[in-house]
Amino acid sequence: MFDLRALYQEVIIDHNRHPRNCRRLDSADRIAEGYNPLCGDRLTVYVKVHEGVVEDVSFEGSGCAISVASASLMTEHIKGKTAHEVDQLFARFRSMVTDATPTEEGLGKLEVLAGVREFPARVKCATLAWHTLKSALSNEHSTVTTE
Amino acid sequence: MSVPSYSITAVNDADHRPELAARRQDFPILERCVRGQPLVYLDNAATTQKPRAVIEAMARYYRECNSNIHRGVHTLSQEATERFEEARVKVQRFIHAAHSHEIIFVRGTTEAINLVAQSYGRPQLKPKDEILITAMEHHSNIVPWQLLCEQTGAVLKAVPMNDAGELLLDEYVRLLGSRTRMLALTHVSNALGTINPIGEMIDHAHAHGVPVLVDGAQAVAHMPVDVQALDCDFYAFSSHKLFGPTGIGVLYGKTALLEAMPPYQGGGDMIKSVTLTKTQFNDLPYKFEAGTPHIAGAIGLGAALDYVQEIGFEPIGRHEHELLRYASDRVASLHGARIIGTAREKASVLSFVLDGIHPHDLGTVLDCQGIAIRTGHHCAMPVMERFHVPATARASFALYNTPGEADRLCAALRDAQRMLG
Ligand SMILES: Cc1ncc(COP(=O)(O)O)c(C=O)c1O
Repeated sequence: MFDLRALYQEVIIDHNRHPRNCRRLDSADRIAEGYNPLCGDRLTVYVKVHEGVVEDVSFEGSGCAISVASASLMTEHIKGKTAHEVDQLFARFRSMVTDATPTEEGLGKLEVLAGVREFPARVKCATLAWHTLKSALSNEHSTVTTE
Repeated sequence: MSVPSYSITAVNDADHRPELAARRQDFPILERCVRGQPLVYLDNAATTQKPRAVIEAMARYYRECNSNIHRGVHTLSQEATERFEEARVKVQRFIHAAHSHEIIFVRGTTEAINLVAQSYGRPQLKPKDEILITAMEHHSNIVPWQLLCEQTGAVLKAVPMNDAGELLLDEYVRLLGSRTRMLALTHVSNALGTINPIGEMIDHAHAHGVPVLVDGAQAVAHMPVDVQALDCDFYAFSSHKLFGPTGIGVLYGKTALLEAMPPYQGGGDMIKSVTLTKTQFNDLPYKFEAGTPHIAGAIGLGAALDYVQEIGFEPIGRHEHELLRYASDRVASLHGARIIGTAREKASVLSFVLDGIHPHDLGTVLDCQGIAIRTGHHCAMPVMERFHVPATARASFALYNTPGEADRLCAALRDAQRMLG
């Protein structure tokens, strides 16, 4: 059997079972909804930005283990970052889950999602939260979808 | 390759089964491995695998008589035309249509329904007219009608269903009103497996003067269809769900209705004569077959029909029914399992969710063991909404599946529960 543990690492399973920052953020000044029609995953990302820096971030929603864990890990990772830094991080994250020769450095704990690369059908699950975050930061008030 | 054995407990050994098990060998793809394991293909509602007879009929056409049809006087063109038209007659016999000109070759179910919506519906619908569908339709039997409603001001209504996934026939009768102009419903639900009582429903519709389109995409691989006995006005299906190639499908329509309808697309083959000011349309079925069709596809479909008829729907139906019951019992016995779609009359589809595990994760875990199922909304988002789930996992069976494969499915589901639950 293909080693599924490369995809579903303990950290991912833990973040799926006990997602961090999984709540509504009443003080949020940016909100966006993300939807992956392929699997029915739906997320809302809440962000509070202060002086160009992500002061707080949270998410709500339902989805597969990969999308929930990715959202949870993302919220842990981006607090204190500027929108520009978040963009760069997303670019590197996307490269990690899609490119044959990715640049993983600087992704820290997010690297547990590298196994997604072997499952092209799951890339959208891993990037849904990031797309939604990006839309929140650029203050587009529409629902983003991964299609 | 090891063919999963039939000596599984709780399945009684009807004598047709060894004969069907031998049929596995007709499908070359079933010999392959996926991620190091023999493929267990349980996504037949999405598309079925193709027997050697179909693959070869298509290759033979390309090898022996590839050419365009209805056009050339040369030998190849005549041979190709003959094989293409032979396929039409095979379809006619398969669904028991009165005439071969009632068989229109299209790309698939989706195109067939769009054709009826635009050619039959659009010219005659008025604002506030009603089109009736059901709550369990595939998007391809919803969206064409929504587009038509936008174009004409007609209103779309849907027959609701109960928690088992059965249509509420009282509601259906209530919804059939003086403004209803069309009933379009699925024969078998792709998301739930429900077999609808279409015969009875067609009779009711006709009593109100309402014509009926039946979406047969999920029915034709599992049960015999007799369009004259049903008395449906249109019947649509796709070849690829019936062991034939993709890119070809069938719209059956009653002669009188088809004759009264304007063409769907304009082009070559669908005309008798063209001047720059006026065109005289061709006779049925060519009026609806503009352009060069999928010739090899039609021939492949013909071979697929020969193939299933040679086996017969009696053994196929019995086998699939027992397999569905066996697999359903096994899945239902898993901790936290909920089967979505528990109609009394079901065909071949086992939709389910497992507590705490998203179907998409199940799909990946199963794929790693070489088991192909479908996860998601199955192009039936209103059905998901009705059952309050974002998605389901769906195993769907065909004549070549075995109880041993259902066992592998359940073992893999237990692995997923251990890992992710
Ligand atoms: C019930 C039903 N109707 C229509 C379709 C559409 O068929 P196709 O995509 O071949 O046009 C499908 C298959 O996906 C189906 O299951």
